[in-house]
Amino acid sequence: MSALARIPPGWWALAALLLIYPLPANDFFTVQIGAYSLILGVIALSLMMLAGLGGMVSLAQLSAAGLAAYTLPIFGANTQDVLGLGFSAWVTIPLALLAGACFSALVGLIAVRTAGIYMIMITLAVAVSVFFFTRQNYAVFNGFTGYAGIAAPSPFGFDLRRPLPFYYLCLTVAAGLLLASVYVSRSTFGLSLQAVRDNPRRVAALGYSVALTRVYAFFLAGLIAAAGGILLAWFNGRVSPATIGVDVAIDILVIAVIGGLRHPIGPFIGALAFVLLENFAIDLIDRERFNTLIGLAFLLIVLFSPDGLLGLWEKIRPNRRRPNQAPQSGGAKT
Amino acid sequence: MKSKLVLCAALAALLSASWARAEELKLGAVAVLEGAFAVLGQDSMRGVELALREFDYSTGGRKIVLITGSTDASPDSAVRVTRKIVEQDGAPIVIGPLSGSEGIAIRDYARTRPEATFLNGASAAQDTTLRAPAPNFFRFSTEGAQWMAGLGEYVYQEKGYRSVAVLAEDYSFPYTQVFGFLEPFCRLGGKAPRDARFYVPIGNKDYSSVIAALPDDVDAIFVALGGADAVNFLSQYEQAGGELPLIGGSITVDQTVLGSKGRARDFIIGTPSGGPVSNTWDDPRWQKFVAAYKAAFPDGFPSPSLFAHAYYVNTKAALLALNEIGGDLSDGGAKFRQTLAALEFETPTGLVRLDERRNGVADVFLTEVTEGPSGNLLNKTIKVIPEVSQTFGLPYEEFLKYGPVSRENPACE
Repeated sequence: MSALARIPPGWWALAALLLIYPLPANDFFTVQIGAYSLILGVIALSLMMLAGLGGMVSLAQLSAAGLAAYTLPIFGANTQDVLGLGFSAWVTIPLALLAGACFSALVGLIAVRTAGIYMIMITLAVAVSVFFFTRQNYAVFNGFTGYAGIAAPSPFGFDLRRPLPFYYLCLTVAAGLLLASVYVSRSTFGLSLQAVRDNPRRVAALGYSVALTRVYAFFLAGLIAAAGGILLAWFNGRVSPATIGVDVAIDILVIAVIGGLRHPIGPFIGALAFVLLENFAIDLIDRERFNTLIGLAFLLIVLFSPDGLLGLWEKIRPNRRRPNQAPQSGGAKT
Repeated sequence: MKSKLVLCAALAALLSASWARAEELKLGAVAVLEGAFAVLGQDSMRGVELALREFDYSTGGRKIVLITGSTDASPDSAVRVTRKIVEQDGAPIVIGPLSGSEGIAIRDYARTRPEATFLNGASAAQDTTLRAPAPNFFRFSTEGAQWMAGLGEYVYQEKGYRSVAVLAEDYSFPYTQVFGFLEPFCRLGGKAPRDARFYVPIGNKDYSSVIAALPDDVDAIFVALGGADAVNFLSQYEQAGGELPLIGGSITVDQTVLGSKGRARDFIIGTPSGGPVSNTWDDPRWQKFVAAYKAAFPDGFPSPSLFAHAYYVNTKAALLALNEIGGDLSDGGAKFRQTLAALEFETPTGLVRLDERRNGVADVFLTEVTEGPSGNLLNKTIKVIPEVSQTFGLPYEEFLKYGPVSRENPACE
């Protein structure tokens, strides 16, 4: 019980709020704002783990999510008459998770000896290659069209496709991964990852393998991204190269940055802000200028708070942090 | 933490603000307003507004409120934007989308929302209505293969071309155009070798590798690119000293490309093409439409593009049907859809009606690029092909034997 008692009341309020959120909301707010924010948040969480804890900015996390998403129609069912091996969700979901995680680990292996801008360039190159490969490969990825007809399963006759169950599915996955990320950040591995971020040479001198720690972080981040990718495929009902385009990969980076990289909740706040802007900016301003508005909003957030919305919040309430609670991390060094 | 609370309060405010007043009717319009096709989307919206102005923004006794949405030409974004307009803004009728593969995605989405009605914008992929059509998706504008009617025969017989290279974007609409052009061309004996077909992604900027790989032993190049892609290819081909004559896809030599500035324009004069509109048609219905377009949008193109036309026709169909039923959608739009399915009306390009899969049957124009009186480029009418149907007049079952459009259909070797 003591562990539960130590959780600040704000978190309980947030949990309760998210649980009752679908009550006042219509289908659109439940799925396209609620569930979609959670999904983008999960994918951005994968980036936050690498960037926040490990100081490694990877633009290839969306590619990992995308490959997981592609695994579903390739091994499961689709309506495109291409592949669709017809395995059940009990097979395709673990396979998709594994595909995303292994791909991410592979990217980690390639990029692990670089840092800063060079890592961004390498992972960007990987993301672009994956994008063009899926676009031009017709035998496995079905080219530009990609796959349609991907549906969430109905375990034991419970239809996860309906708005409400799908929202709670996304909420459960997001909350689980959020808690897991908090746990990882406080675990021995998480501490060594943060040590690697802050001073890799000293960590190496202590006898740790810097490369292995980083690759394992990539593997875990890939697992998170893959979970997000699976939800994304169910959300859209389809996956195509446009799902994992470079512009979308940049969106994920934007989400992570405007949310804040200091705490795993940051990406979710960023995702919510992003989704709200993406959906409603066109109602606030002339339809030919709404992308300018989105860009300006992001610019202002980053300008006034380098730690994103999360940092902005802490700036407004400087005394919120209780003295016995040590800071999570010293901010991202990228 | 608490910031979430604030955001949720904002959400609640948004939710309550979005409740519509009963007498107003919300009409959604979705087009591509960003990326390579942005200019096309801009003109599409002009078409919607032109139809609405004609009805003074009201029909069947109800005031129309226009809600616009922008996609980036990807199917995902088309579904997201349309879903917002239907489920959040509460529009029972949506006009759109613009691009081929978007149309197929919206058709699939339409099935999940049987109470809403979807009228196509300008998207012109064949499969949207040919295979597994949705009962609440209507396309009064015709599609890409219909637009090519008569072009294959024309270039084979009149121009004497026997073998062509193909350059097209890599998605469903250009496949449809390639099929519509090559099918008659190859039936007459024309050739389009597989290694002379080039498919590029939407938004491709550099065509130098394609231009270098174009074979010399073909008589012409069939180009099915749109918007900025067409402009980029044409100017780069001109700079590279390309000399092969061109055959244009419908949107390759449309006003959205012809209206652009630059030297590429000189060498596309004389390019044959086909499409749902022809700029110089002397019919009074078309002339009236052009005059209305020019008066309403002085900053628009010298002549409305096929996108303005397609969105105009589909919007007008919705407004006419609404007028007929007195704006009454209280039955979930069932009566509205019945009226739409039976609707037959005069468009700027002649009479249009729907077939049993709710795809338009209309006149199509065979055109050639020519220089207008004030130096602007226009599509001159060569021939009007009357009442082109989606199955080229064949019975439905027989037409299906041609197989779905793709990069290699027809084989043509």
